[in-house]
Amino acid sequence: MTALAGTAASVRRRAGGLTRGWLVGGVVAVWVLLWIPLRGRDTLALSTSELSPLHERLNDLRDAINNTRGSSPVFSAFFDVIRESVDALTVFLQSLISQPAYGRPVPLIGWLGVVAVATFGAYAVGNLRVAALTAAGFTSFGLLGFWQQSMDTLALTLAAVLICLAIGIPLGIWAGLSDRLNRVLTPVLDFMQTMPTFVYLAPLTLFFLIGPASGVIATLIYAMPPVIRITAHGIRSVAPSSVEAGTSLGATRWQLLRSVRVPLAKRTIVLGINQTVMCALSMVTIAALIDAPGLGQVVLRALQTLDVGTAFSAGLAIVIMAIVLDRVTTAARDRVETQYRMGPRARGRRRVVLAGLGVLTAVALYLSYTYVWAAFFPGPERGGAVGGEVADGVTRASDWVQLNLGAVTDAVRNAISYGLLNPLQSLIADSPWYLVSAVVLAIAWIVAGPRIVPTAAVCLGLLVGSGLWQEAMVTLAATLVATVIVMALGVVVGVWMGRSDRADGLIRPTLDAAQVMPAFVYLVPFLGLFGASRFTAIVAAVVFAAPVAIKLVADGIRGVPATVVEAAVSSGSSAWQVITKVQLPLARQSVTLAANQGLIYVLSMVVVGGLVGAGALGYLVVAGFSQSDLYGKGLAAGLAVVLLGVLLDRTTQAAARRLDAGAAHRGLRKGKDS
Amino acid sequence: MSNVVIGRFVAVLTVGALALTACGSKIEDTPSGTTSRAACGTVNIAVNPWVGYQADAAVIAYLATNELGCTVNKKNLTEEVSWQGFGTGAVDVVLENWGHDDLKKTYIEQQGVAVEYGSTGNKGIIGWYVPPWLAQEYPDITDWNNLNKYADKFKTSESGGKGQLLLGDPSFVTNDEALVKNLKLDFKVVYAGSETALIQAFRTAEQQKQWMIGYFYEPQWFLNEVKLVHVNLPPYTAGCDADPAKVACDYAPYDLDKIVSKKFADSGSPAAALVKNFQWTNDHQNSVALDIAVNKLSDDDAAKKWVDANRDVWQAWLKN
Repeated sequence: MTALAGTAASVRRRAGGLTRGWLVGGVVAVWVLLWIPLRGRDTLALSTSELSPLHERLNDLRDAINNTRGSSPVFSAFFDVIRESVDALTVFLQSLISQPAYGRPVPLIGWLGVVAVATFGAYAVGNLRVAALTAAGFTSFGLLGFWQQSMDTLALTLAAVLICLAIGIPLGIWAGLSDRLNRVLTPVLDFMQTMPTFVYLAPLTLFFLIGPASGVIATLIYAMPPVIRITAHGIRSVAPSSVEAGTSLGATRWQLLRSVRVPLAKRTIVLGINQTVMCALSMVTIAALIDAPGLGQVVLRALQTLDVGTAFSAGLAIVIMAIVLDRVTTAARDRVETQYRMGPRARGRRRVVLAGLGVLTAVALYLSYTYVWAAFFPGPERGGAVGGEVADGVTRASDWVQLNLGAVTDAVRNAISYGLLNPLQSLIADSPWYLVSAVVLAIAWIVAGPRIVPTAAVCLGLLVGSGLWQEAMVTLAATLVATVIVMALGVVVGVWMGRSDRADGLIRPTLDAAQVMPAFVYLVPFLGLFGASRFTAIVAAVVFAAPVAIKLVADGIRGVPATVVEAAVSSGSSAWQVITKVQLPLARQSVTLAANQGLIYVLSMVVVGGLVGAGALGYLVVAGFSQSDLYGKGLAAGLAVVLLGVLLDRTTQAAARRLDAGAAHRGLRKGKDS
Repeated sequence: MSNVVIGRFVAVLTVGALALTACGSKIEDTPSGTTSRAACGTVNIAVNPWVGYQADAAVIAYLATNELGCTVNKKNLTEEVSWQGFGTGAVDVVLENWGHDDLKKTYIEQQGVAVEYGSTGNKGIIGWYVPPWLAQEYPDITDWNNLNKYADKFKTSESGGKGQLLLGDPSFVTNDEALVKNLKLDFKVVYAGSETALIQAFRTAEQQKQWMIGYFYEPQWFLNEVKLVHVNLPPYTAGCDADPAKVACDYAPYDLDKIVSKKFADSGSPAAALVKNFQWTNDHQNSVALDIAVNKLSDDDAAKKWVDANRDVWQAWLKN
C-alpha cells in the first residue's frame, strides 16, 4: 500500500515537473519567435561613456559628500572615532607580529614565537593533528619568503574578524530571537554580500582615510554577514523541546539564552566564525587596492609585470593560511562535542601536553623577543628558501601551457562563444526590455510559483531604472552560461566524489585551494590561454564557483541512505541507473541548493570578469572605481549586480522550496498511509 | 604514552630550547631620530599601479631617505584614491600624473588642497598600436586609412562581426569609441578591463602571430620586451579634441607632471624641493622600470643602481 501510494505521488509529481518543463519551453519558443521581428528595438542601450540622469545625480551626491567631509564637525567626529579605534586595534596587532614597533627594528614577537603561539592555540582549541598542520603552515610562510607580508595579512584579518565577532555574534543571537530584526537584517546582509567591493572602496577612504582602518572596514563589510546569518540560524534551530524544558524549570529569558540556547547553538556559531574567517581572507587582494599591507600587495604588484610565479607563491601563502584557519576552526567545532565524551584519563593526558606546549611557547616567545635569529625568518630576503623555486617553476609551467595549448584553447573559446554565448546574449540583450521582462516573470511564475512575481517585477523595474538594462542583460547571459558549466561539473564531479571516498580525499583539497586562491593569480595564464574575452571571465567564475556546487552535490549524494542504494543494486540496476534513478533524484534538494549557490558565486565574480574582457556591468564597476566621471555609473552598475543577484537568488530559492514542499507533501502522505 | 614519558619529553625539549639562548646576537633598539630626520619629517608618496610610476617613486624615496634623511611612506593606491588623499591629508605627493583635468578642477581649483608642481620631463604618448610582426608583414597597416581593408582579419568572438580594437585599464581617458565612429572604421571597441589583460594580449599576439590592434602608451616597460608599432591616426592639432563626441584625430602628447598637497608645498621640507626639481627622461625611467619589471630588482636596489650611475642628474634636484 505504502509503495503504491508513494509511486502514485511520484508519478503525479513527475507529471507536474513535465508540464512545467513544457511550459518553460513554450515561453522560450514564443520569445524566439517574437525576437526575430523585434530584435534590436528598445534594448535601452547606453554607450560606455554616456551617463543617464541617475548616474549624474549619483556623481553630484558623491561630490557633495566629498565637500562636506571637511567642513562638518559632526561628520568627521563620528567617523574619526571609528577610524581611530579600528586603527589602534590593527596597529597593535601589527606591532605584535608584523611591523617594527616600540623602538625595536622588529615586531614584539618574532617568527619563532608566532609559530609557537599558533601551534599552541591550535592544540588548545583543536587537536594534535591541526596543531602539526598549523606549525607546518606557518613555517611555510617564511620558507616562501613572505613572512612579514603573511603576518600583515594575518594581523589585518584578525582585526577584521575580531570586530566581526564582537558585533556579529550578539546581533546574530538577537536576530535568532527576534523575527522582526531578522526580516530587517536579511536584505541588509544580502546587500553587504553581493554589492561589489569596488563600488565602496574609494568612498571608504573618504570616510576612514587611507590606512589600516579602511582596509579592515572593507573586509568586515563583506565578512560579517556569514557569522550573523549562521548564528541566527543556530539559535533558531535549537530544539523547541529543550527550550520548553528550560521554561518549565522556571528559567528567565536571559538564563534560557545563556544556559540553553547559546550552548546548544555553539557548534553552529563556530561554523559561522569559520565562514567569516574565510570571507575575510578572500578580501586580501582587493583591500590591497587601498594600500592594505600584506600578501595582496605582492599579488597586485606581480600582476603589473605579469609575473605569474611570484603572484602564485603569494597566493599559495594565502591558500595555506586559509586552509590552516579552516581546519583549526573546524577542529574547534568538533571539540565542542568531543570534550564532553572524553574520559578523565584522556583529559589528564591532554592537560599535560597543553602544559608542556605552554612552557615551550613561553620559551619561544622569549627567544623571539630577544634574539635576531628567532625574530627574522632565516633565508634569503627575496624568495625565501623555496619561494624562488616555486615562482620559477610556476612561471615556466604557465609559459609552456600558453605556448603549446594556445590552438586548443582558442578552439574551445570559439566553440562556446559562437555556439552558446553569442546566440544567448543576442537573444537576451537584443530583445526589447519589455519582452525579456515578460519572459522572466513568466518563467519565474512557472518554476517558483506566483508569490515570486512581485519581487521579480520590482527587481526588473529597478534594473530598467538603473539605466544599465542592456549591460545587465549581457552580464546575465554570461552568468547563465557559467552557471550551466558549473552545474555540469558539479553533478559529474560531485557524483563521483559522493560515490568514492578515495576521489573525495583526492579532490577536496584542490577544491579548497580553488576557492581561496585569489582570482588575480590565475587571471594571467587564463588571459594567455583564452585572450581578453567573456569566455576568460566565465572560466575564472567557474574555477571559483564550481567547488561549492561540487561539494554540495557530493554531500547530497552521500546523504542518500545506503539501504536504498543497496536495494537498487541488488535488484539488478546498473551503476548508471543507480545514479540517474536513485541517487540524483533523492539528492535533488542538494542539487538545487548547488545551483542556487553556484549562481550567486558566479555573480560575485562579475567584477573580476570585467578585468579580463567580460565588459558590461563588471567593467563599469571597475571604471567607476578608477574614473571620477564614471563614479555614478559604476555605483549604478554595482546596484544592478545586486538586483540580478536578488532576482536569481529569490527565484531559485523559491523553486527549491517548491520542490521540497512537493517532497514533504509526499512524505506526509506516506506517513499517513503506513 | 604515559604522562611520565610526555613530561620527560617536554622537559628535554625545554632544556634544549633554553640552551639555544646561549648563542645568537641580541636585538638592539633602533636609535631615536637624528636632527636631519626632524628637519625633513615624513613624506607620504602615492604609488600608482604601473611600473613607470614605481620607478619614479623608487628613486625619489631612495634620495629622500638616504640624502635628506626623511621618513618616506609609500602608499599603493589608484589615481582617483590618491587625489582624494590630498584632501584627507593622507597623501603628499603624486609623482606621475597623466592629464586628469577633472581631478585638477576638483582638488586644485575647487577644494584648493593640491598644487601643480611641474613636469617630470617624461613625455606620455597614447595611441593605437599593433604587434611588430604585423607591421613588418603589412607595412601599410600603420596608416589608419588602410585599417578598414584589414578589418575582417581583426575579428574575434567578442567583436560582433567587426574588427576588434582592444582597450585596457578603464582609468585612462579614451576617445576610441568616438574615433571609430568619426573615422568610419569597421571596428568595435572591446574593453579588456585591465592593463594586465592588455599586455598579455599583445604578448600572445606577437608570440603566435595573431592579428591584434589596441590602445597602448609609452613610457611602458613592456615596450622593451615587445616593440609595439604606433598606428598613425589623423595628426593631433591643438583643439581637435575639444568636443569629445567629434574627435577624429590622434591623442595629444601628454606632458606628465607632479602634483603635491598644498600643506606639503608650504611645509618648506627639503623633500618638497626635491620633488619640485625632479626631472628626467623617458630613457632614465625605462632603465629603472626595466630593472624592477624584468630583472626583478627590489625598488630600493633598482633606485640605488640608477642613483650610483647618474650622480650628475640627481645632484641638481637637491639644490633649493
